[in-house]
Amino acid sequence: MDARDGDGSTEEYETLIQTTDVELLKRAWRQEKAAPEILKFETDLIARLTGQIELVEENVEQDAQSGIDPLTVSLYQMDLDRSQFLLRSYLRIRLQKIEKYIFHILATAELYNRLSKQEKAFAKTCLVDLEKHLEESVLSKLPSNYQSIFKQSMISEENDMVAKPQLDTFVVCKTNYYLGHIQLEDNEDGPSDDRANQRPLEEPFEMEPDVLYFVRYKAIKRFVEEGRIDLF
Amino acid sequence: MAGQSDPNLSIFSAEEVEFMAEDELVEIVPNMRMDKLTLICGDYGPFFPQMPAQVPLWLAIALKKRGKCTIRLPDWMSVENLSQTLEAERDSQESFQVLPFHYVEISRLLFDHARGDIPDVYTVRSLIEDIRDVRFHKVETSLESFEDARSSAVKVKNLSAMEVNLVRPFVGRALQAFYKHGSPELVPNPERMPPRRPQATDNVQRRPLRKR
Repeated sequence: MDARDGDGSTEEYETLIQTTDVELLKRAWRQEKAAPEILKFETDLIARLTGQIELVEENVEQDAQSGIDPLTVSLYQMDLDRSQFLLRSYLRIRLQKIEKYIFHILATAELYNRLSKQEKAFAKTCLVDLEKHLEESVLSKLPSNYQSIFKQSMISEENDMVAKPQLDTFVVCKTNYYLGHIQLEDNEDGPSDDRANQRPLEEPFEMEPDVLYFVRYKAIKRFVEEGRIDLF
Repeated sequence: MAGQSDPNLSIFSAEEVEFMAEDELVEIVPNMRMDKLTLICGDYGPFFPQMPAQVPLWLAIALKKRGKCTIRLPDWMSVENLSQTLEAERDSQESFQVLPFHYVEISRLLFDHARGDIPDVYTVRSLIEDIRDVRFHKVETSLESFEDARSSAVKVKNLSAMEVNLVRPFVGRALQAFYKHGSPELVPNPERMPPRRPQATDNVQRRPLRKR
């Protein structure tokens, strides 16, 4: 094989990887912002990007000292700032969601497994602190029937003090594929939602590629998790 | 139910929408030499005087601010193309013309930072504003009918990023309310109901029944 060809294609390959990483993060950020529930942590992507950001940070610092064209340095700095903004914003939305739905996430294995290692640690300390705080400030002063963190009172059947994400929220979404037979009603949901079961069954819904839709998140949740639908 | 999701949580701020628009590519004509930039978001350059190059909008604006390049107007922003778009936009009541997803933000950024590079800047600007107004009006009127609300999915073809972002809080919550009530009678049917203008920005409290 011609050595030059080989180099060229690796270079192209690397360019492709690099372009996609920021694009991928931007997509993950958009999804995370738009989805009502917490999505799977992009472990590999974040690891790759953190590495790149650290590398560029060092380079920028060196360049600034070694007297390279200040314009070039400032452009690198801007690029760095943009990537860091995306990364920070992505992590921050996730922390907000974790704080908000902490009891629900910790009680649901599926959701808990979506967190990164650090997020899991955060969730646990957060839980301990929150429990302690609620206990000391309010719960310990209430009659014993009302001391649960999860329930309004002992007679509540469900954990009705646990905040859960509203999966019925309407989201704006688009797909690159043609998706037929999306069932908009939640049949698989079981008898918990009586109202939905009473409703006449609707025809399955089709999504055309590259068209924006307002859809209930629950109906397309599966496709979002599979990465076939983008949220906007 | 104890936990209601915060409607503000999922909404992008205008700045964030603009941030996304800044990644769109534009063509610049540099007036200086600069080595290739190996950025995290991709490789651009090398740049040579008078040699057109494709760069993201934020990079173009950064160079423009320092007087290092001129920005070439995107094709869709020419007076000719915009006039056509405006006409087509006015002709059809239902559909929206195909414009870049970030047309509002891109044109706004170019007006702010590269006025000098836009021929007929006043005409271009007023054309874009007209297009925006026609489209926003269409968005508002199309909300009156909610044609597909019964199927709990509403198609909004060719809506741009800023437009989606503007109607999202209102449309999202309205659809959710329809969905919760669940009965088809509650979905407004334009044939049976007198037209009423939905007010997307109506956050003001309702008029009190009695004057004090």
